[in-house]
Amino acid sequence: MTAYTDYPTGAPVVDTKAPEGPIAERWDTRRFEAKLVNPANRRKHTVIVVGTGLAGGAAGATLAEQGYHVEQFCYQDSPRRAHSIAAQGGINAAKNYRNDGDSIHRLFYDTVKGGDFRARESNVHRLAQISVEIIDQCVAQGVPFAREYGGLLDTRSFGGVQVSRTFYARGQTGQQLLLGAYQALSRQTAAGNVNLHARTEMLDVIVVDGRARGIVARDLVTGRIDTYFADAVVLASGGYGNVFYLSTNAMNSNATAVWRAHRRGAYFANPCFTQIHPTCIPRTGDHQSKLTLMSESLRNDGRIWVPKAKGDARSPKDIPEDERDYYLERIYPAFGNLVPRDIASRAAKNVCDEGRGVGPGGQGVYLDFADAIARMGKAKVEEKYGNLFDMYARITAENPYEVPMRIYPAVHYTMGGLWVDYDLQTTVPGLFAIGEANFSDHGANRLGASALMQGLADGYFVLPSTINDYLARNPHHDEVDAGHPAAVAAVRETDERLAALLAVDGDRTPDSFHRELGELMWEYCGMARTEEGLRKALDRIPQIREEFWRRIKVPGTGEEFNQSLEKANRIVDYLELAELMCLDALHRAESCGGHFREESQTPDGEAARHDEEFSYVAAWEHGGSGGRPPGEHSAGTGAAPTLHKEDLVFEYVHPTQRSYA
Amino acid sequence: MALDTRTDRRPSFTGLLWHSTVGKKTAMAVSGIVMLLYLVVHMLGNLKIFFGAADFDAYAAWLRTIGEPFLHHEWFLWIARVVLLAAVLTHAVAAYQLSRRDIAARPMKYSHKRHRASYATRTMRWGGVILGLFLVWHILDLTTLTVNPRAASGHPYANVVATFSTWYGNVVYIVAMLALGLHIRHGFWSAAQTLGANRPGRDRVLKTTANLLALLLTVGFVSVPVAVMTGLVS
Amino acid sequence: MRLTLRVWRQQNPDAPGAMATYDVDGISSDMSFLEMLDTLNEKLILAGDDPVAFDHDCREGICGACSLVINGDAHGPERTTTCQLHMRSFKDGDTIDVEPWRAAAFPVVKDLVVDRSAFDRIIQSGGYITAPTGAAPEAHATAVPKPAADTAFEHAECIGCGACVAACPNGSAMLFTSAKVVHLNSLPQGAPERESRVLDMVGRMDAEGFGGCTNTGECATACPKGIPLFSITTMNREFVRAARKGR
Repeated sequence: MTAYTDYPTGAPVVDTKAPEGPIAERWDTRRFEAKLVNPANRRKHTVIVVGTGLAGGAAGATLAEQGYHVEQFCYQDSPRRAHSIAAQGGINAAKNYRNDGDSIHRLFYDTVKGGDFRARESNVHRLAQISVEIIDQCVAQGVPFAREYGGLLDTRSFGGVQVSRTFYARGQTGQQLLLGAYQALSRQTAAGNVNLHARTEMLDVIVVDGRARGIVARDLVTGRIDTYFADAVVLASGGYGNVFYLSTNAMNSNATAVWRAHRRGAYFANPCFTQIHPTCIPRTGDHQSKLTLMSESLRNDGRIWVPKAKGDARSPKDIPEDERDYYLERIYPAFGNLVPRDIASRAAKNVCDEGRGVGPGGQGVYLDFADAIARMGKAKVEEKYGNLFDMYARITAENPYEVPMRIYPAVHYTMGGLWVDYDLQTTVPGLFAIGEANFSDHGANRLGASALMQGLADGYFVLPSTINDYLARNPHHDEVDAGHPAAVAAVRETDERLAALLAVDGDRTPDSFHRELGELMWEYCGMARTEEGLRKALDRIPQIREEFWRRIKVPGTGEEFNQSLEKANRIVDYLELAELMCLDALHRAESCGGHFREESQTPDGEAARHDEEFSYVAAWEHGGSGGRPPGEHSAGTGAAPTLHKEDLVFEYVHPTQRSYA
Repeated sequence: MALDTRTDRRPSFTGLLWHSTVGKKTAMAVSGIVMLLYLVVHMLGNLKIFFGAADFDAYAAWLRTIGEPFLHHEWFLWIARVVLLAAVLTHAVAAYQLSRRDIAARPMKYSHKRHRASYATRTMRWGGVILGLFLVWHILDLTTLTVNPRAASGHPYANVVATFSTWYGNVVYIVAMLALGLHIRHGFWSAAQTLGANRPGRDRVLKTTANLLALLLTVGFVSVPVAVMTGLVS
Repeated sequence: MRLTLRVWRQQNPDAPGAMATYDVDGISSDMSFLEMLDTLNEKLILAGDDPVAFDHDCREGICGACSLVINGDAHGPERTTTCQLHMRSFKDGDTIDVEPWRAAAFPVVKDLVVDRSAFDRIIQSGGYITAPTGAAPEAHATAVPKPAADTAFEHAECIGCGACVAACPNGSAMLFTSAKVVHLNSLPQGAPERESRVLDMVGRMDAEGFGGCTNTGECATACPKGIPLFSITTMNREFVRAARKGR
């Protein structure tokens, strides 16, 4: 067997669905070319949707409204709890309500550029077009967006963008949009068009004759493993940020659905593109289970600094002005504290690596509002940021009006995901991926307030249009049931994997392995990556995996509500996905967006892209067979995956190097 | 293809009310207010006792003549009695049914006990039971005179004095009136909540009104036995 | 910190449950309550015992999954969700009682985990505006007066955690139901279904076996999102109005 890092390069992967022609007409063209399913025939089709976040909830509701039968799954006890709910800032839309020069083309341009030229133009333009319809749809559902006194919608500028195109509902935009989708889904559930399976976790895809025909899922309450069949399977299971253990993701957000799909043949694109958000509350100790984000709007008025001297343990109040290093203002005088997320995050890491970090473990920098309070008055600061200050105070027990806040970057979003074509179909026919689960629209870096936009665009508008084409072209599948060999095999593998986890009866808890993997990934595949570090991680991951399968301890049985088993099974997949992330990061010997390779930087320390060499999507095909015994396969060194490149062509937005100095 | 998600039933107003918890509470609120209005009049009438036997007995006799000649003698009283009986029954039946439901909805108590709601709120059910029992005794005592051994029909003043000349008469009455005060204190505000009459700017006014009503009714009613006991009325 | 925990343990919905006592040591005051339980569970797993099951997910106070009654209070002594409660709210040596939400409509699944699907069914019965995808008019076609928008938002903040039911001595879901009714009924978009919404949702709520409201106000006191008690008043008004008008 070849070493994992000696990956072969296979045939290029091509998006055959994106139409040619002027970019503004491509979506119309595709919708016209796509075959339709006769409304009377739709009820004969079943679609499985995994996940009930913005993408999954919206897709399930819309497909059901169109007349399809939907089987919808979520691991939470209610579809309303999907992690889209935690998004704070807002949702972008090119409405140009402010008459400030915004347009679909500008949103398209900003998104391609913000993604550091690693996204497909066709997809991004479609996203910008649909953004306008999303707002209409959500308002009709009763989403309580912020409004002005005249009764019209309010917008704000977000993430350093020059136009005010972000619609918001205080700091709970994600919650309100998700509840809108959830309510639409609930309506279809009551109508019998959606069959909801809450507390049911997808553990595998069933592929029959090369097409996705169903899933294997575990009822988390009874432990029962069942098969579900359909004409198409849609994965809306979110991102994989929890590979890092500590992230702003929900505790149970996981990569199992996408990873199992990958093992069944779906290519995984750009796994190393992860976004690290600069303004999170630092960890307080080893007990830390997750990190909490604070809106980056705080950087509009707060000043970021660390002491000039290493290991300065004085209280911030006692550090005089000339002994403070306002490093962002010093290094980036033009943009100061408002540099993009990736730059702010990396700068924080650098000063902490120098030993100048503050707070427990030296993993933090100050975000100081003293000047803002002096300039605007405490009342004004409270009006603008009161809820964030309260949240900070609750978590840290420090008063940010008196003491500077401490912040540190944290993993927040994953731009990578399953490779999909323009129709959002993966390389497995009949298997679709939407929302954060796919890789499609954000390139190497996502702009603020764009995740909600993409999730809803995929769920409400793109998938419900494109899936028709697949269903219409594949009208009469043979009936597949639980007795089909592919289903039997998938269930057996799942059973064996869970049984293997329970059988080890070792001496380490699932969390201890997850934490170990997360620390490794954060160290070597986090904010700044080097070839040496990535190779170290690639050596270390198989060792952790081997130790995992030798020492894991999962109490209880598989036939009951068993949260330790759920967790352990997710870690199995993280331990494999982490390896692919490191390999992808190693192979992409350039810096772009959220992926910073120290070897590839401009003289002033900024990310240096190498377009001539890396202007492509890296789509990885899984190397190992899924058929081997789970323990043996997962413990050993994985077979090398195959790299398939999809070349990126820029016709409308021409790549330029970013500079913020 | 939005499918209709509901059946086309169209139940009656009373049906809707009586078959839902919110509707039953509405019935309790309305019947409670009817009884409350009656009690205010009743209490004010009781105070006539301080003007002497002649006044009080004449007032009692007049009550039987209200509405004459349009209504026959005592008819108004009977109409009032029927209305009150309906109110009492509605209130009690709804309370009984809702209580059973509420108890069934929380079959298991927390092992860590703690109280936050006010005493008046927590004693609504037992207070209601006490008031119900009192009502029976009160009617047997001063209306039908069945349990009032020294009573004589047509002499309400003397009958009242007779009732409050016994220690148990005073105890029963005063305990019941304290229960009434507590019941009204939560009940009046609660009725406003149930009928949707409360609003952010009105909450304090309603709570104050509830307290005042409770206080006035309790003091007003209790003043009679106290007066008898202290010899002010004899 | 060193603490004594008394935790409700129940193997499955049909098994009898009981309070079990555990000692935990080395608790930092910076830990969240759930991280403290994580610590206990790590210890239990290594000792070969069954860890305590509890619902949790976002740990940011927004998903509504966490649901513990701590010392008799839904979500514990602070006005927030369990996941945002920190151990600094307790003292070294404290004994802390941890119990699941108690209501007939929320049967225990295991230990501290309950089944709150009744809430989903209440929403399914009418907690939506019928607006199929694609049928929406331009967002600015209907101006919504700011007070109405603010009222809608205030009630839309509900996270569906069920603390209101847990705190109510009658196990009533009035605050949850009213929050959604008021959110949607106060918007012009919600007007066409205004009557059927409140009638259907109250009907579903009753059918799920929740108790009635006795205006104790415990729900609003426990609500981590500050849904006001007036929400219930408004729903009562909407209900009687709808019953009078018919659907």
